[in-house]
Amino acid sequence: MNDAHSRPVTGHVPVLRLGDVLLVTLQGDLHDSTAQQLQQDLSDTIVRTGVRGVLIDISGVEIVDSFLGRVLAEIAAQAKLLAARTVVAGMRPAVAITLVELGLTLPGLSTALSTEAGMELLSQQAPASRAGGARRESP
Amino acid sequence: MHTAAGVEACLPIRSDMDLVWVRQHVRQAAARLGFGLVEQTKLVTAASELARNTLVHGGGGRMEATQVSGGGVRGLRLAFTDEGPGIADLDQALTDGYTSGGGLGMGLSGARRLVHDFDIDSAPGAGTTVRVTCWVSRPPRPREEA
Amino acid sequence: MPEHEADGQLATPTHEVSDFLRRRQEQIAQRWADEPLFRTVFTVSRDEAVEAGKVVVDALAQVAESGQVEDPDSAGFSAVREQLARMGAARSRAGLSNTQVSSELAALRPPVENLLAADLEQAPPEHLRACSTALTVLMGTLRLVAMQTALNEWQALSDRQRTQLLEVATPVIRLWDGIVAVPLIGTLDSARSQIVMETLLNAVVEQHARFAILDITGVPTVDSLVAQHLMKTVAAARLMGAECIVSGIRPAIAQTMVHLGLDLDVITRASLSDALGYALHQLGAAIVNPGAGQR
Repeated sequence: MNDAHSRPVTGHVPVLRLGDVLLVTLQGDLHDSTAQQLQQDLSDTIVRTGVRGVLIDISGVEIVDSFLGRVLAEIAAQAKLLAARTVVAGMRPAVAITLVELGLTLPGLSTALSTEAGMELLSQQAPASRAGGARRESP
Repeated sequence: MHTAAGVEACLPIRSDMDLVWVRQHVRQAAARLGFGLVEQTKLVTAASELARNTLVHGGGGRMEATQVSGGGVRGLRLAFTDEGPGIADLDQALTDGYTSGGGLGMGLSGARRLVHDFDIDSAPGAGTTVRVTCWVSRPPRPREEA
Repeated sequence: MPEHEADGQLATPTHEVSDFLRRRQEQIAQRWADEPLFRTVFTVSRDEAVEAGKVVVDALAQVAESGQVEDPDSAGFSAVREQLARMGAARSRAGLSNTQVSSELAALRPPVENLLAADLEQAPPEHLRACSTALTVLMGTLRLVAMQTALNEWQALSDRQRTQLLEVATPVIRLWDGIVAVPLIGTLDSARSQIVMETLLNAVVEQHARFAILDITGVPTVDSLVAQHLMKTVAAARLMGAECIVSGIRPAIAQTMVHLGLDLDVITRASLSDALGYALHQLGAAIVNPGAGQR
């Protein structure tokens, strides 16, 4: 309990604005209430700034359970209603394997290998399509 | 018998802060017992799902972690206990997509897929205990596929 | 002779054996040093073998003192477990079967028994018999402990080799910048699928691969279990931001998959080269064939 290596994150997660995109970096073990707060903050910020994209970097996240999975899916759905695309970037292999085993494939979510790849995906402005880049449909 | 320090514990589950402690404890215990990264992640995720069930559906409770061994293999057993309303229909509760708490309905059924052994004890009005076990390497006989 | 004899009282057989082992530690170790088990394991010098023998005798004396001569979990043995395992492992590396190692262990008993008999020549026959029974049981337990320890070692070794074999059988190849492939050969079981999945996904991260090709040309049959594993790999890769392409689906397998009612929401290609072509195209790379252009 006294290990300080992955301090639980409480309160607000900083939301950075990079041009037309909101960048959120999640790290460590997220409190349920923090995740919910982030969902709220993101909606507010999208409305206030009118950005067209949201990039959530989860490369520093060690586990995604069904709660956080649902929060991510809901963020994407809400952003879509506000005309912004959401990309989740940098999911670790162990986290991806676990989510699949858990039964959560999060079909509505666009994903990217890294923040760079995510930015690239968001810059190919095609808000109408379900996903771009790595998730293009098979011809 | 060698026991790894910091594995055995009894943690309260009373708030969502406690969920964080449960996850951290399970991760550290699993790492001490020599679990691989993927197995660690699966076990921590299962613990998170079950602890949240204990909190949301059982009105709070506790998690007990114990080191177990069998057939020369070490494992970690987690027991989640609450004194809540219990589960009337276990089959239904274990079905994918069934939810009574507004989640994705993957908590119980999903957690079961993440561990090697899963065992649930519940009756209406008598609370619920879920016990799960993960082995450091697979148990001697290959696990049967669902 | 033990001091108990002074007051006419005989020590309990296990205590008698314990005293005897302590008293004769040097001689026993000397005799053991000539036995194959010690002679062949400790090849540097005879002294080394004698020292190792003394440690074992000491452990036996401790066990005898505790009276639990038939208990392999007796605390006294814990000091020599590692050494016994090393000796057992050395002998099996030398090509001896379990039975041969076991009989080499058994060969340690007679020299000790002869010494005991000589020591207790003056003692009443029933006391001698009781003591030598205790010693026999003790030596049997030692053999059991040694075999147990050795078996655990062998088990661990075979587990390690199995994992290594699985890893070796799953090479991830970088085909192009951003494209990795795993050619799968042989039967896919649950353990192997798990390793394939982990290896491929780790390669996706390391190589920044947007495309991962799973080539199943060498997989004889695809049943629902294998298909399920393929689907999981594809889904996990997607969550990470990569796309999986399954290639090498032979007609028979395609038929089976349709029969099984498997709705594979996956990009599939008939051959590895088709899959590579598709991935390159998606990455924006063009393949030009200069020969074809001139004709």
